[in-house]
Amino acid sequence: MKKILTGNEAVARGAYEGGLKFASAYPGTPSTEILENVANYKQDLYCEWAPNEKVALEAAIGASIAGARSMACMKHVGVNVAADPLFTFAYTGVTGGCILVSADDPGMHSSQNEQDNRNYASAARVLMLEPSDSQESKDFVKLGLSLSEKFDTPVLLRTTTRVCHSKGLVELEDRVEKDLIPYQHNIRKYVATPGNGKVLRVQLEERLKAMEDYSNSAEINCEELGGDEIGVISSGVSYVYAKEVFGEKASYLKLGMTFPMPMEKIKEFAKKVKKLYVVEEMDPYIENHLKIAGIPCIGKEFIPAYGELNPDIVRHSFFGTGADNVSVELKATVRPPVLCAGCPHRGLFYVLSKKLKKIIVTGDIGCYTLGSAPPLSAMHTCFCMGGSISAGHGAAKVLNRAGSALRIVSVIGDSTFFHTGINSLMDVAYNKGNNITIIADNRITAMTGHQENPGTGYTLMGEPAVEADIPAICRAVGIKAENIAVVNPLDLAEMEEAVDAALAKTEPAVIITKWPCILKKFSDQDRRDFDLAPKKCSVDAEKCTKCKMCMKTGCPALTFAGTALINADSCTGCGVCRQVCKFGAIEEVEK
Amino acid sequence: MGDVKNILLVGVGGQGTILASKILSEGLIEAGYDVKMSEIHGMSQRGGDVSTQIRYGEKVYSPIIGEGSADVIVAFEKMEALRWLSHLKKGGKMLINDFEIPTVPIQLGVEKYPEGILDSLAAVADTVVIEAGEIAKNVGNSRTMNIVLLGALAKAMNLGDLDWKSLIQNNVKAGFAEINLKAFEAGFASM
Repeated sequence: MKKILTGNEAVARGAYEGGLKFASAYPGTPSTEILENVANYKQDLYCEWAPNEKVALEAAIGASIAGARSMACMKHVGVNVAADPLFTFAYTGVTGGCILVSADDPGMHSSQNEQDNRNYASAARVLMLEPSDSQESKDFVKLGLSLSEKFDTPVLLRTTTRVCHSKGLVELEDRVEKDLIPYQHNIRKYVATPGNGKVLRVQLEERLKAMEDYSNSAEINCEELGGDEIGVISSGVSYVYAKEVFGEKASYLKLGMTFPMPMEKIKEFAKKVKKLYVVEEMDPYIENHLKIAGIPCIGKEFIPAYGELNPDIVRHSFFGTGADNVSVELKATVRPPVLCAGCPHRGLFYVLSKKLKKIIVTGDIGCYTLGSAPPLSAMHTCFCMGGSISAGHGAAKVLNRAGSALRIVSVIGDSTFFHTGINSLMDVAYNKGNNITIIADNRITAMTGHQENPGTGYTLMGEPAVEADIPAICRAVGIKAENIAVVNPLDLAEMEEAVDAALAKTEPAVIITKWPCILKKFSDQDRRDFDLAPKKCSVDAEKCTKCKMCMKTGCPALTFAGTALINADSCTGCGVCRQVCKFGAIEEVEK
Repeated sequence: MGDVKNILLVGVGGQGTILASKILSEGLIEAGYDVKMSEIHGMSQRGGDVSTQIRYGEKVYSPIIGEGSADVIVAFEKMEALRWLSHLKKGGKMLINDFEIPTVPIQLGVEKYPEGILDSLAAVADTVVIEAGEIAKNVGNSRTMNIVLLGALAKAMNLGDLDWKSLIQNNVKAGFAEINLKAFEAGFASM
């Protein structure tokens, strides 16, 4: 039976069909839907959200050592977090087949950087597969699980946004159950002391040789011979772009396995064609392998080494032919994403936005990064998960020592705090820092589309779970109880009072702004703990003095046309603009 | 690969472009085509722009197209039509919903919503303006605007023969099937 699936759905299906027993992940675009779909097969396997990617990979490693087929999934930057176990896992190898899925984001559709994680495969020396479409996404997961066991290596399945989020037809097959491989103590294999590591390192070279032999004979590294004028080497989604551009007259070497590279096969293919092109997104990964081997090819001197490709960019890069289109002088303005109407973060950032002469706000990765956008403009750094608190600590230390009056406020989300923020807060407490940490606890991992996390009370498989207690965690790492406040960020007076109180302290303080994401599917507990009854606000045009103060909240439900206006469809009655209006022109009305 | 058709659906987060694309691609598969569909939706729920590409034919390789390649662009919002004009093939058709959603900078008065979009586009391309908001309201539910536009697209692409009734029934909640079907028919008839 054929079904149209996204690449992510197909990866999940492949894991199911391939007898996978354990999967773990931390959500991150474009990888998130893999585990959400794996969870659809929960009657046959176990899956979970981990607090971060390192934990996810380590859990998958443990499942492999215990004899099960396992998988960890993450976005490209997540592999940076998981790199520590990955590099040694390449030495120890596996018991049950184990796949690490890295979903890269060329063009940065939803990421802070773009990085080509194919480099991780060669750096860590793990077998790498690169699917081009949904069918291959499914097939390569199944193949990867068996290659992992065959060559005793973790497998990096490297996808990109367009593979993850594009749909194509996929042939569905049945699940083949794989029994646990019986566990035996094997200290020399799994305890990477220097003594064992030195032996494992040599064994890794032998395994790499065997993997390279396989790569040279593998069906997934296949020649498609057309004419002898033009040859194209490509992998991943770039291959389908190349097919569109070079057509049926060219010859192709399509690489499904790109580490170890099939160098013998590449040399033979290069001899068969007069002109050799390499088509790949981001880094010259394949091209560099060819150049080291002395094989002339045309690639990155024409094709961009950054951003996302498409067939027209490939065509234009190599042949100089521009798009055949029309244009007009009128230009569309940018449509920046914004904090939603009713977003609990708005109250927090509105309060911070009034204190920007006194504070620097170090930020983190999540919806709340949108607090950096005008008119709020109340976040001033963002680079990685968990970085807000530790970067804030370093900044506060040097400013304090220089006698500066500037204070640091670090804003981090609940899921991001669990991810890697806790260590950073420990640093602040331990090293006597004084930055103020605000944990924006909206009761869900919101940015990636509402995934459960250790603080929400539920698991990926829908079971009730222990709820991580954020104030207790803060106390445990050394923040004094009297310096921890839990507030409703939509109550501006309460919010401001908490910030002012924290600014008045010399000791490190934590403010937890606790209110559920307005888009969240509220749990029974949410309904018990918070007043979530539907509300709406409206402007009394006669009282509106046209001062536009309400517009400074940046709420997408507000417009100004003569007077302030509230869009009744999108307003959720959060009341932030009502509290901002000094003239009582905004009131709550019947929903 | 000249027989591959390229459709682009563009709009703003929350307008239902993704549901419309899903229904359309399922229909194309049932009609026996090879179909590839690609969507970008990372920040769409937060008011950003959304685009979906659907390509169908005997054999489709790439899930996405570049500039100058779309046979039809359906713009769920007027300024999005302007944004994506460069992707329209010369001689291609643009279905434009006469519907404005201002950006936040526009709401704040920092930027202005471009004036004269429809005239400007009509001067260089084959455009059809659809009052999908009005049509949906007349049908009885303004949220069916996306299905009105799907109906118009089905007419424009000569896809009236697909089993739209069951496609829509399979993709919307039972209570909303009838009104969405009406919306589809009204959109189809508007062309």
